[in-house]
Amino acid sequence: MEILSQLINALPGSVSQGLIWGIMAIGVYITYRILDVADLTVDGSFATGGAVAVVLILHGCNLWLAMIAAFIAGLLAGAITGLLHTLMGIPPILAGILTQLSLYSINLKIMGKANQSVNVNQTDLLISLRWVKEFALHNPLITVGIVLVVLIAVLYWFFGTEMGCAIRSTGANLNMSRAQGINTNFNKVLGIMLSNGLVAFSGAFLAQYQGFADVKMGQGAIVIGLAAVIIGEALFGKIFKNFALRLLSVAFGSIIYYIVVQAVITMGLDANLLKLLSATIVAIFLAIPYWKRQYTEMHMRKPKGGKANA
Amino acid sequence: MLDIINVEKTFNPGTINEKKALKGINLHLDEGDFVTVIGGNGAGKSTMLNMIAGVYPVDCGSIVVDGVDVTRLPEYKRAKYLGRVFQDPMTGTAADMQIEENLALAARRGKRRTLRPGITSKERKEYKELLKILDLGLEDRLTAKVGLLSGGQRQALTLLMATLKKPKLLLLDEHTAALDPKTAKKVLDITEEIVKKDNLITVMITHNMADAIRVGNRLIMMHEGQIVVDVKGEDKKKLTIEQLLQMFEESSGSKFTSDKVMLSK
Repeated sequence: MEILSQLINALPGSVSQGLIWGIMAIGVYITYRILDVADLTVDGSFATGGAVAVVLILHGCNLWLAMIAAFIAGLLAGAITGLLHTLMGIPPILAGILTQLSLYSINLKIMGKANQSVNVNQTDLLISLRWVKEFALHNPLITVGIVLVVLIAVLYWFFGTEMGCAIRSTGANLNMSRAQGINTNFNKVLGIMLSNGLVAFSGAFLAQYQGFADVKMGQGAIVIGLAAVIIGEALFGKIFKNFALRLLSVAFGSIIYYIVVQAVITMGLDANLLKLLSATIVAIFLAIPYWKRQYTEMHMRKPKGGKANA
Repeated sequence: MLDIINVEKTFNPGTINEKKALKGINLHLDEGDFVTVIGGNGAGKSTMLNMIAGVYPVDCGSIVVDGVDVTRLPEYKRAKYLGRVFQDPMTGTAADMQIEENLALAARRGKRRTLRPGITSKERKEYKELLKILDLGLEDRLTAKVGLLSGGQRQALTLLMATLKKPKLLLLDEHTAALDPKTAKKVLDITEEIVKKDNLITVMITHNMADAIRVGNRLIMMHEGQIVVDVKGEDKKKLTIEQLLQMFEESSGSKFTSDKVMLSK
């Protein structure tokens, strides 16, 4: 009973984090599902977003402008990965790792040190974890919730335009896309940029929420993003067919991920084991489609009577 | 108009896997020409088509489509002039996208893709009408994912996509080879119908000698990277498989031995 009340008490915080990481997970969805590329830049660009936003806010920049600057920084990070891949022929995973590594240095340079705090008592912020139970616009649940819905609406529109369709087509079939006059390299870069823009934007939210940016804040972000995508698809894939609803299911996946994390910690799991647990869960969920296929193939091979491949 | 002027291509030059795929190809096609291409494995048929389409760069020579030298243009820019259907039904369409979305992508071939809608309701009506002509029941499944369609349906759809924006040149790379005989015939019939309607210059690779002779107004046979037989007009109408094989032996100095082609005559 006590655990339950603790959990309910922590729920607004978990949901807030889930919403913030939900934006980043939608970024991961764009590369992983739409472009069919596993982009590891996000671990770096997430922190870049946080660093850019915090430094600008400390310099008295308008809060929303700081968010937009973080988004642009993410676009640039994505462009680097995209160009490493398309212009220099480096496999996308490696290109992402290279950018991620270089962003570590860049993030240190942006902040001047390994972490930079913004005190909500001294500086005005868009959101903060202190306000998770307040009934006001600056409650992260409300602000991030509204932003998330607006973002999904904009993405829904964008991926329905000629440009957005070209990105989807690039991810779906390279040969066909080129045959239909689509510059696949350009669209890959564009997709990776957009993805990292969203990731950095999400990082800018998290830095304000927790009151600091840290060069390590994006560590393992890709795994959390993938977990959100996979959980969202596993739970809502059958009912959410529409593109906007699919993006929403990714955000739900992220929220559920954070509620589960909160639950296992409340139940006494060593928080140090959390990343191991996340990675294990993602690995298993990534394996399930493969196992399913193997299982059906095994049973297709041996129909009754032993007739092979009838 | 299509002009292929002295095009050569060698794969993996200077290595143990060196392969001279094209050894000086020359070909001129006029308005309304429909040429069928036949030849054994490794004769260079697909390589020739891929050179026209810009999948790989040529070593030397040039390719001119409708007066435009496209030799140096990347694949996606040449697409403006070309309609292509591939051997593998999976290649020509995007399985994860809807039928109407695939068509809408094709309708924008050669145009700048902007922030305008990817598909309009006016287009949807047009596509419905076009799909009716195929007579495959696709007109009622506009929003179905292409991955749910059969190989024949996908090839027919690819054909429609390739010709939706009238191309200067239609390239068909054994586009019926992966289909069962009945479906292959249906797709070939649709092909002839569309080519006739739009009066398209067409290059069709086939492994079916009877088809190669029956369809189109010109037939070329390739062997080891060269065009060894070229039959046009009246001569082609009277052509028989036996004659064709004899011509091949005379000009190439070897017997025609491709099981795939021989079995399907």
